[in-house]
Amino acid sequence: MNAPPTDSLEPEPGKKIHLALVGSPNSGKTTLFNALTGLSAKTGNYPGVTVDRRRGLMKHPVGDHDVLISDLPGSYSLHAISEDEAVTSKVLKGELDGGKPDGIVFVADATTLQRSLPMLADILRQGIPTLLVLTMVDELKARGGDLDLFKLQGELGIPLVGVVGNKGLGIDDLRVRLSDPKSWTTACAVPEPNTEARFAWADTLLAKVERHPVSASTLTQRIDAVLLHPVAGLVVFLLFIATFFQAIFTWAAPAMDLFSGWMDLMADYVSANLPASMLTDILADGIIRGVGAVVVFVPQIALLFGLIFLFEASGYMARAAFVVDRVMGWAGLEGRCFISLLSSYACAVPGIMATRSIPSPRDRLATILVAPFATCSARLPVYALLISAFLPNTKVLGPFTVQGLTLMGLYLLGGFSAILFAALFKRGLLKGASLPFYLELPPYRFPSLTSVMLQVWRRLKVFLKDAGSVILAGSVVIWFLLNFPKADIPEGMAEGPAHQVQIEQSYAADLGRAMEPVFAPLGFDWKINIGLVGSFAARELMVSTLAEVYAYDPNAKIDPLTGEADEEFVGLRQILTTPDPKTGVAPMDFPTAIALLLYFVYALLCLSTVAVIKRETGGWKWPLFMIAYMGVLAWVAGFVGYRLAGGG
Amino acid sequence: MSGSNPPLTLADLPRVLVARVSHVEADCVICERLRELGFCPGTEVRFERQAPFNGPMIVQLRGYRLSLRPSEARRVFITPLGGSLLP
Repeated sequence: MNAPPTDSLEPEPGKKIHLALVGSPNSGKTTLFNALTGLSAKTGNYPGVTVDRRRGLMKHPVGDHDVLISDLPGSYSLHAISEDEAVTSKVLKGELDGGKPDGIVFVADATTLQRSLPMLADILRQGIPTLLVLTMVDELKARGGDLDLFKLQGELGIPLVGVVGNKGLGIDDLRVRLSDPKSWTTACAVPEPNTEARFAWADTLLAKVERHPVSASTLTQRIDAVLLHPVAGLVVFLLFIATFFQAIFTWAAPAMDLFSGWMDLMADYVSANLPASMLTDILADGIIRGVGAVVVFVPQIALLFGLIFLFEASGYMARAAFVVDRVMGWAGLEGRCFISLLSSYACAVPGIMATRSIPSPRDRLATILVAPFATCSARLPVYALLISAFLPNTKVLGPFTVQGLTLMGLYLLGGFSAILFAALFKRGLLKGASLPFYLELPPYRFPSLTSVMLQVWRRLKVFLKDAGSVILAGSVVIWFLLNFPKADIPEGMAEGPAHQVQIEQSYAADLGRAMEPVFAPLGFDWKINIGLVGSFAARELMVSTLAEVYAYDPNAKIDPLTGEADEEFVGLRQILTTPDPKTGVAPMDFPTAIALLLYFVYALLCLSTVAVIKRETGGWKWPLFMIAYMGVLAWVAGFVGYRLAGGG
Repeated sequence: MSGSNPPLTLADLPRVLVARVSHVEADCVICERLRELGFCPGTEVRFERQAPFNGPMIVQLRGYRLSLRPSEARRVFITPLGGSLLP
């Protein structure tokens, strides 16, 4: 998802300078990359955020050469033990397209030089001009550390620049240095290529230049005393996410109702003011209502992305991995698998990509096999619609309502199921010892408001791009299926009933009815079945389908003179629960809603996820297996839920 | 414990609190990685906390904090420093 177009970035010999950012995980390479290129690649405060090479051109180049910068995954050494680490060695050997870099920018967190400097010795042996960038020099000072940078540069022999990547300090100076790697001085002395010699070299060096050692972050120690406590940590975590899910219903609901009202007004306006034609109908009912039904969930999705980014940027990810490690160990997995699963809560695509940092191929596959159970943002519109329509807004515990707790329950159910199934796979299909686990715990760091907004926007853009492509196309296809072949509508029939007559004998109805033998035990009628078909492209299409099927409130009283509905705006959720005056049956009942929710917890319904699984596992075998086992599981869960909720 | 004590490893750090690394097991993928993470002879390691039920532990070394499982910790041999709880 984040891969930039590469065609235009190929360095032409003699014209472009190619530099590679190399360093330990979580040393701030991507933050520096963003500062240099003006791009907004994903950053976070945990080791392993970047799992692939990412390239960009330096903004405001100095001189007449373009500078192409490759941001590489962090690595503790050049002896790679996982796929993401291998990228660095490949780039340095010139095995990837673009050839050997003209210069290496070794990025090191100034507060952890004792650990990160030894790798520089390996880098200096590569025979490529190298420049050292020390990041987070502000944090070094704040924590009482003091380094003689001038002396360090003298001892090393290579150029050194101190920066604060997220605030842009030192970046201009760095740009000047980066524009001419040929001028970089070479290292004075390089130690023997063995680990102990490298650490001894770094220790000697630091002893010479360190005026005052950096002290541990006291804030981090205080926060960890609570968050890593076996009981208090869990309570605080659960309270925090319960508040968050409650917020989705209380804070974001008004914004959503407002958006949804606008969409409806816009659709009505288009129908009323454009000449009556098929194109007008497609625009009003297919596009505005169909895509709009999904876009109204932007406030909720933005909140969700904000929360996940807070986890990623603060340093909590590595803590969460520590707290749940016993459970993950029982499942036969390790902390990095948990981090991938947690990332999948935003979207399974980057979550599955993140598994590249898992050294064991078996653990990696097991994580991919269960990652789609993590409740991705595409499920949120479906969950929010059904929960707000069918569950009461009554308070249960303090500020928490049935709706908020149900939403949280569905999110937790996805997570528990992922771990449970990973355990089953590791005990059967993918039996074998786990590779060992270690994870660095960075100090807590608090992202600036701008970086939160930037990263939330980065993800919202992906969501909106999907809405503008897959969901748009899907909505139009569904519109055609619902509106052809044309029915004979009696003269003078009101819009709502006429729409119902039309869709009842459409191609969509034929297709949906053909699926009824399979899904009737879950209470799904043909209309929901059409939504299920659409969901294979993207889960949000369930909501678009319902919005198109119920585009006109069948109960709206139409003023025969003006032709306008005499009611206030009625949202999709009210329409779903209001019984038809003639038959007394509502479009959907409670057991069906429960079955549909559970179906969405388990089913693998997303083309992009299937595509990324195929790419990462190298074939169709695993994606097809996943579609099958998750489909069966979804059906069973839906059936059990339907029966337990009193359906059938 | 009686007679010849088995050599202490990082897994014993919760009882020892502060120690120096004496060596890391010779050859395995993770052993080289442990050395690269800074578990070199002479490095001081400080215990910070351990998750319940023999879960992973957090240790401080070389100015940073690392979380690792007892199974990995057993590959790092240590000699206790002052402040040790052991006799």
